[in-house]
Amino acid sequence: MAKKKKKMPGLNTSSTADISFMLLIFFLITTSMDTDMGLARRLPKPPEPDQEDATMDIKSRNILYVRLNASGELWIKDEMSSGYGNLQELRNRVKEFVKNEQNLSKLPEKHVKNIDLLGQCFVTDKHVISVQTDRGTPYNMYFQVQNELVAAYNELRNELAKQKFGREFQYLKNEEKDAIKKYYPQNISEAEPKKYGGD
Amino acid sequence: MPEMNTSSLPDLIFTILFFFMMVTTMREVTLKVKFVIPAGTELEKLEKKSVVSFIYVGPPTDNLRAQMGSSTRIQLNDRYAEAREVMDFVAAERQGMTNQAEQIISIKADQHTQMGYITDIKEVLRKSWALRINYSASRRN
Repeated sequence: MAKKKKKMPGLNTSSTADISFMLLIFFLITTSMDTDMGLARRLPKPPEPDQEDATMDIKSRNILYVRLNASGELWIKDEMSSGYGNLQELRNRVKEFVKNEQNLSKLPEKHVKNIDLLGQCFVTDKHVISVQTDRGTPYNMYFQVQNELVAAYNELRNELAKQKFGREFQYLKNEEKDAIKKYYPQNISEAEPKKYGGD
Repeated sequence: MPEMNTSSLPDLIFTILFFFMMVTTMREVTLKVKFVIPAGTELEKLEKKSVVSFIYVGPPTDNLRAQMGSSTRIQLNDRYAEAREVMDFVAAERQGMTNQAEQIISIKADQHTQMGYITDIKEVLRKSWALRINYSASRRN
């Protein structure tokens, strides 16, 4: 038998690149999928050492108090009414409060403001929503309240965006978004937490 | 015309693959607290991961409970910390960032945490000028 040196054919590796590309794409997709989500808030600037208490100047018709006690119960108060409520009520109350559609004397005062793209507007931008919590309030309840407040603002902004620009707020251009934000600014204040006892 | 030699192409791409695998797992910290984050509807995505730092709040995990008890703890990086240490943590995190003004602090806190812990953290964050915060949450319909 003639021993003939057989030439071993090389393994076809042309598809290895495709396989590794697929792995790469898989990792790229799965790692960007689990992006963290959350409710974005902005804290007020730290108080100046010689700062006077600024809350004194706010007219009482301009303030909506939202209080959360240690058992997580919600208490809402403005000039119109006060009492315990649930989250859905809170959203409606906030919308009613910020909008003040009928220009009632017990809801935030309205005044004329010139806004780019929107022109002369009658806005309630001096309103303040004051959220007060107890040290024992469950975090979940606080979060849900914040969520409802943002939801109320988002609904108002969406309504206005549809009315003025015919699109939902999220699809607007940046200038248009800024105009809407000026019409419905988010004024949520969280009072300085009370300190109990010494440091 | 000789064909281009593509035999090193898989290696090249494998290298990129490994790079991504490394980077995405390296940012994880070992959790020493357990938490169930609240669920909300008005959430925003944390787009720029490079400017986000996390603060974890919750009771110690099951295997650490024997030593640490079951009261609420704050975790910064890989260890338990007090609320006042958040200031140093924020400063340290800010050091490595290119656009420091955009720093975001994401608070991952358990639903049942008492607000006292959160308000303490928020007060320190205010004093450290880390004003953009994010309450981490999952989506609910």
